[in-house]
Amino acid sequence: MIRLIDVYKEYDNGTKALKGVNIRIDDGEFVFLVGPSGSGKSTVIKLITAEIAPTEGRVMVNGFNLTNISPRQVPKMRRTLGVIFQNFRLIEKKTVYENLSFAMRAIGASNRELRRRIPYVLQLVGLDQKGDRYPGQLSGGEQQRVAIARALVNNPSMIIADEPTGNLDPQRSLEIMMLLERINELGTTVLVVTHEKNLVNRFTKRVVAIENGRIISDETGGYYNVEKI
Amino acid sequence: MSRRFDAGYYISEGFHSIFTHGFMSFAAVCMIVACLVIMGSFTLLAVNLDNMLGDLENENEMVVYIDDSLTEEQARALQPVLAKIPNVSQLSFVTAQRAMEEFKAKRENNALLADLPDETLRDRYHVHVVDIERMAETKAALEQVEGVGVGNVRAAIEIADGFVLVRNIATGVAMVLVGMLLIISLFIIANTIKLATFYRREEIAIMKMCGATDGFIEWPFVVEGMLLGLTGALIAFFVQWGLYQAVAKFAIQGNGISLVTILSYQSMASTILAVFCGVGAFIGVGGSLFAIRKFLQV
Repeated sequence: MIRLIDVYKEYDNGTKALKGVNIRIDDGEFVFLVGPSGSGKSTVIKLITAEIAPTEGRVMVNGFNLTNISPRQVPKMRRTLGVIFQNFRLIEKKTVYENLSFAMRAIGASNRELRRRIPYVLQLVGLDQKGDRYPGQLSGGEQQRVAIARALVNNPSMIIADEPTGNLDPQRSLEIMMLLERINELGTTVLVVTHEKNLVNRFTKRVVAIENGRIISDETGGYYNVEKI
Repeated sequence: MSRRFDAGYYISEGFHSIFTHGFMSFAAVCMIVACLVIMGSFTLLAVNLDNMLGDLENENEMVVYIDDSLTEEQARALQPVLAKIPNVSQLSFVTAQRAMEEFKAKRENNALLADLPDETLRDRYHVHVVDIERMAETKAALEQVEGVGVGNVRAAIEIADGFVLVRNIATGVAMVLVGMLLIISLFIIANTIKLATFYRREEIAIMKMCGATDGFIEWPFVVEGMLLGLTGALIAFFVQWGLYQAVAKFAIQGNGISLVTILSYQSMASTILAVFCGVGAFIGVGGSLFAIRKFLQV
């Protein structure tokens, strides 16, 4: 569960990124966060992943109050999240399997747990035959699937995808979005940050629109409204 | 998911990182070797000079003559008074008669001495000191005791003063150089680790995003620093050995009057190795922690 309550964020250079944002995302939801560049989408993601702290207001993520979270608690909070990036952020010199095991080792998983979990997750994203490939040997869509698998491998309760289809063609983008929808159906909360109108409009999901640091619409079963943004 | 201390992972990552940026690792090891060999050389010089001073202290003695007016019993009664004087380590009483016997024994062939009466010499104490540097001060204190005269100080005070001077200079130079080299070594190690962390910044960011603790991220770098430090320590130990043997050989060859005694490297080897490893590990781990902290602010 995510709650942003009257959140303001002003960066050191004086940029006011968020101006009183309120968002509530419940467990099991699938939410699109949409808006143009510079609207504050990335700031919301950074607040949720505890990369930055709000200037004012409260941020709650999966039971952790991030407003005054201690440094020791941050890793525990992050283990409840799986983050997917636009540029995949895979380690090129590691195979698909090693990229996933790397993420599992980071939280102290045993070899046994690795052997049990990774094949299951690779199968879930449709890459069960490509565990020994290097990222450079995969297409963009496949690389993003690896990134999704890595986000899922530690069994988080929430997936946060920051422009996950930004580097993909429309067909691959649709496949990735359908995969995220399937993951959501399996019980994981999904928050997708995007500015791809066509893609958003193909799914009848909750759409939260942000512009100039303010939430301008929040509609369940909504669309990316061109007129508003 | 269980959390555990994965030593195998940390060690393998630490080893791997050393070879990934081999030149910086090589430079770091060279700096540690240089630091330790210079530190070791001055320390060994100081230790040897200390040892020679100890020998001199053992050999040096003052002869304290007892006034003729005192009987042997009165002379013997002075022993506790003399023993209380600071820096006196050992006292042995020699009667006038015994002193004469020894005197004659050393000059067996001299017939002129044969008829000398025992009373020619005086009762005396042979006094050894703890610290040869305070010989003059001790002599003055002994002379203050009533019925006592101090003469014939069989101490190579000038030589001892020379040794003390060189030892003090060696210790001072060693401390200054070691301080400087420690800082330089820490700096080089820190830069090596910074390079490693920069090279792996993406991995670190991903690990942080996955929920890795700072400790989990730090450990491979700590292992890397420690391995670099210990490798430097081992190399320095053998370089020091070769250097010491060469200098010892030279010193003994040029030592015509047997004034210089050199301790064997083997007799100090375990201590040297332990100190080198300790300092090497300290430099390695300290440098690593100094460098990595900055990169964990994600």
